[in-house]
Amino acid sequence: MVFPFLWMLATSFKESAEVFNISLIPRRPTWENYRTLLEGTQYLRWYLNSAIVAVITTMSEAFFDTMAGYGLAKIRFPGRGLILVLILSTLMIPTEMLIIPWYMMFTRAGLVDTYWGIMLPGLVSAFGVFLMNQFMQGIPDDLLDAARIDGLSEFGVWWHVALHQVKPALAALCILVFLGNWNAFLWPVIVIESPAMRTLPVGIALFSGEAGPEWQLIMAAASLAVVPVVVVFAFFQRQIVQGIALTGMK
Amino acid sequence: MHLSLRQRKALWGYAFLALPLIFFLVVRIYPALSALNMSLHQWDVMSARKPFVGLRNFVELWHDQVFWKAALNTLLYVVISVPLELILGLLVAVTIQSVNRFRGFYRTIYFVPYITSTVAVSWVWRWMYFKNGGVFNQILLSLGLPAQSFLSGPEQALYCVTAVVVWQALGYYVVIFLAGLEMVPSMYKEAAKIDGASSWHVFRYVTLPLLNPTVVFLAVLGTINSLQIFTQIMNMTSGGYGQGDLGGPLNSTLSLVVYIYKQAFYRFQMGYASAITVVLFAIILVATLIELKVLSRRVEY
Repeated sequence: MVFPFLWMLATSFKESAEVFNISLIPRRPTWENYRTLLEGTQYLRWYLNSAIVAVITTMSEAFFDTMAGYGLAKIRFPGRGLILVLILSTLMIPTEMLIIPWYMMFTRAGLVDTYWGIMLPGLVSAFGVFLMNQFMQGIPDDLLDAARIDGLSEFGVWWHVALHQVKPALAALCILVFLGNWNAFLWPVIVIESPAMRTLPVGIALFSGEAGPEWQLIMAAASLAVVPVVVVFAFFQRQIVQGIALTGMK
Repeated sequence: MHLSLRQRKALWGYAFLALPLIFFLVVRIYPALSALNMSLHQWDVMSARKPFVGLRNFVELWHDQVFWKAALNTLLYVVISVPLELILGLLVAVTIQSVNRFRGFYRTIYFVPYITSTVAVSWVWRWMYFKNGGVFNQILLSLGLPAQSFLSGPEQALYCVTAVVVWQALGYYVVIFLAGLEMVPSMYKEAAKIDGASSWHVFRYVTLPLLNPTVVFLAVLGTINSLQIFTQIMNMTSGGYGQGDLGGPLNSTLSLVVYIYKQAFYRFQMGYASAITVVLFAIILVATLIELKVLSRRVEY
């Protein structure tokens, strides 16, 4: 399972003449590939772009998915069932069916090649609303009523009480959304045009396509993308794994 | 203005749902209808006229050899990857559950590929598959075996891509199966053991039926994901050093989504591409419904 990663790392420290040497230990280890990558390309900018996109999208989903989930699960109002069905029905629409109309709409709105253009389709998700709706339903009504009697508005009940009750599920959702957006490729590769706007996956894909036989550079680019994720994962392993299992079970 | 408690609550409800609802209408439902509409037009970006052509795009698709190739390939991706992911995932999960030490370590090893960038790992595998001097061919040659074409020949390319898909997805299956296994009450298993059942029988007749909801969930999810395969093909077969065009060689790895991408963004035939997305939508819907019906039936005992 891990051998591809070991070869990737090893090769990223090799000189070009040694790229096709199968040994896992570089004969003359060098930082040169990383220097070329950081100085010769906009790699750090791509990193930053990915971070911006993933963080804002995650925050937006955490906000709107829980808000919609709470509204649908805990507030009774006419049309609630219809809205729930409407939102859930969008789960069946594959992204591929939407990218062409999105591209047309975003071109007209001047959103192509902007952060908003990359992020907009992911700001709310039906899966997130569904998940939060499921978990919000598990909150006892007595608890919410008590908060209402204490004088909290519906907004306050959601923000101060309901959110705390679904913390583990919300954390899991945030991890999934973050990873999904950090690694997203299909829509970004379409909506991004200039090198400075590329997210990390788009940057790596296009850079690698152009790098030709310079495999050691491609491996350095892949290593820089993979290693930080692995380090973060090592720290939060338990939470991430349990969180993903939790969302899979509902 | 005086509002009753119930009216006030209803207002809050609309306030909570207003923005999400607008979002879903504008960013999901309108574009989906728009795709349906575009599929009925000859929608060439380069031309000002976009005439209504009825079902002509679909008729054209029916006679399009490349479309059928892409559909067949996509079917192959699904029927190879999903059973492999299910069987290997269950096997690894059961094995991990039976070891007492380093469980977290094993789980991590399988899970890391799942969380890493598909683009990055696709390029790493592409390099390992490389025909002249790639890791795999070096190993084969050093064992005295003939070198293989891997991604550079139409015979093996699709299987090479599928292997990467399975390798990357496996960790997710393991994690979900482990969670499912933990929910199987141990008293059932112990009762069966006391009755003299072998551990294979316990697994086959107690654990596996109780895992059925997990299997259904993973099979449906895996099928939907495999039907939409794109990123691996995009990064393992396009451009780059020593390899041919996107979805190649000779369309041997072309999937429906890659074909959609090529029609829409290489050839700018948005109407034709939309027609393929409508077909893909229908396939996903039908496949999901069939799987839910067939796989869920077994749980009624």
